[in-house]
Amino acid sequence: MEILEFRFDSTPGARPNHPALCGVVGSGNLEILVQSGELPDCCQVHIKTSARGFGTTWQAVLGDFAASHAAGGTTIAINDMGATPAVVSLRLAQALAEYQGGAQ
Amino acid sequence: MSLSLASRHSWFEATARARIAGLLDAGSFTEWLPPAVSQPSPHLAQLDLPGAFDDGVVVGYGQLAQKLIFVIAQEGQFMGGAVGEIHGAKIVGTLRRAAEEKPAAVLFLIDSGGVRLHEANAGLIAISEIMRAVLDARAAGVPVVALIGGSCGAFGGMGIVAKLCSAIVISEEGRLALSGPEVIETVMGVEEFDSKDRALVWRVTGGKHRYLMGDCAVLVEDDVAAFRSGAADFLAAWDEPVPGIATLRARQRGLEARLAAYGALCDGLDVWAALGVAQPESVPLLDRDSLVALKEGLPT
Repeated sequence: MEILEFRFDSTPGARPNHPALCGVVGSGNLEILVQSGELPDCCQVHIKTSARGFGTTWQAVLGDFAASHAAGGTTIAINDMGATPAVVSLRLAQALAEYQGGAQ
Repeated sequence: MSLSLASRHSWFEATARARIAGLLDAGSFTEWLPPAVSQPSPHLAQLDLPGAFDDGVVVGYGQLAQKLIFVIAQEGQFMGGAVGEIHGAKIVGTLRRAAEEKPAAVLFLIDSGGVRLHEANAGLIAISEIMRAVLDARAAGVPVVALIGGSCGAFGGMGIVAKLCSAIVISEEGRLALSGPEVIETVMGVEEFDSKDRALVWRVTGGKHRYLMGDCAVLVEDDVAAFRSGAADFLAAWDEPVPGIATLRARQRGLEARLAAYGALCDGLDVWAALGVAQPESVPLLDRDSLVALKEGLPT
């Protein structure tokens, strides 16, 4: 297992109090828990992954996500069982939509 | 209950959370120890494996047909739904709370191969505590109904737990047994049981066989709405006295008679013929309604 920590600048978005979870820690899949974070213009990510040595790939996928979404003010925790970058991108978008949609 | 595939929402393919959302009255579910609060398994972390926030089981309460229901749902996609220490503690806590607070029922959505071997004794103890807690809830007058239709079925210790429940609702895709097919093949050899022969595995452990044998009270389609109506209808008609020594003895005699009648048979086809099914080879192709009608016509 490898533990990774990242922090990205991101446009401030809605920050409801209810956390959102999506995905399952199954083979080739991951679960993502989105909660409100400390800094309104920052997205913090904490990852536990079964696949070692993919830190730069995670940084690229997460950086792309933070740049293209209003994910500021969130803390994102991920448990990963070997999801591909495409799956990670889709799950991130899904988790953020569920988190921010839950505010309404 | 014939449904077009388009309107179906497969129970087999749904996650534990999706099953709960479709099973209970819309929006009525409240989770105990939700992911943001729960602890992943410390044992898996020691083995350098990523855990799940909810340790592979969702517990809480909600309503089914306006009645208060406690729910336990195992996530089969996470480590085969296997029972570890925290996973087990969440189940036991829910069952003990049911014995005290007496909801209309506990619905136990089983999807598990049994003990999580990574957690060794902690997992074994958790299973034994679950067994005790199921019996305690039933003794307190709370029916505990197992719902089986996930990809992992109910095997190992969870197979025993399923049979300790008040009743079982199962789909054709569901499987129920003690030792899993691969375990039997590994220990006894492929001549004893070929775990690659999926049709054989289903003829011996699958929902249709279990229903014909009287191991399961209700057979439903592989559909979340069918599980919902199956569970609700079953609970509406539920009227069983608290289990006692007399019912246990009668059950034991029934099992002895069953072993004597069918113990030498090696395939579901042979068992169904002995049950009085005229065309046993047609059973795997029957739809749910036809199979229920077939069982009702059998000599008992």
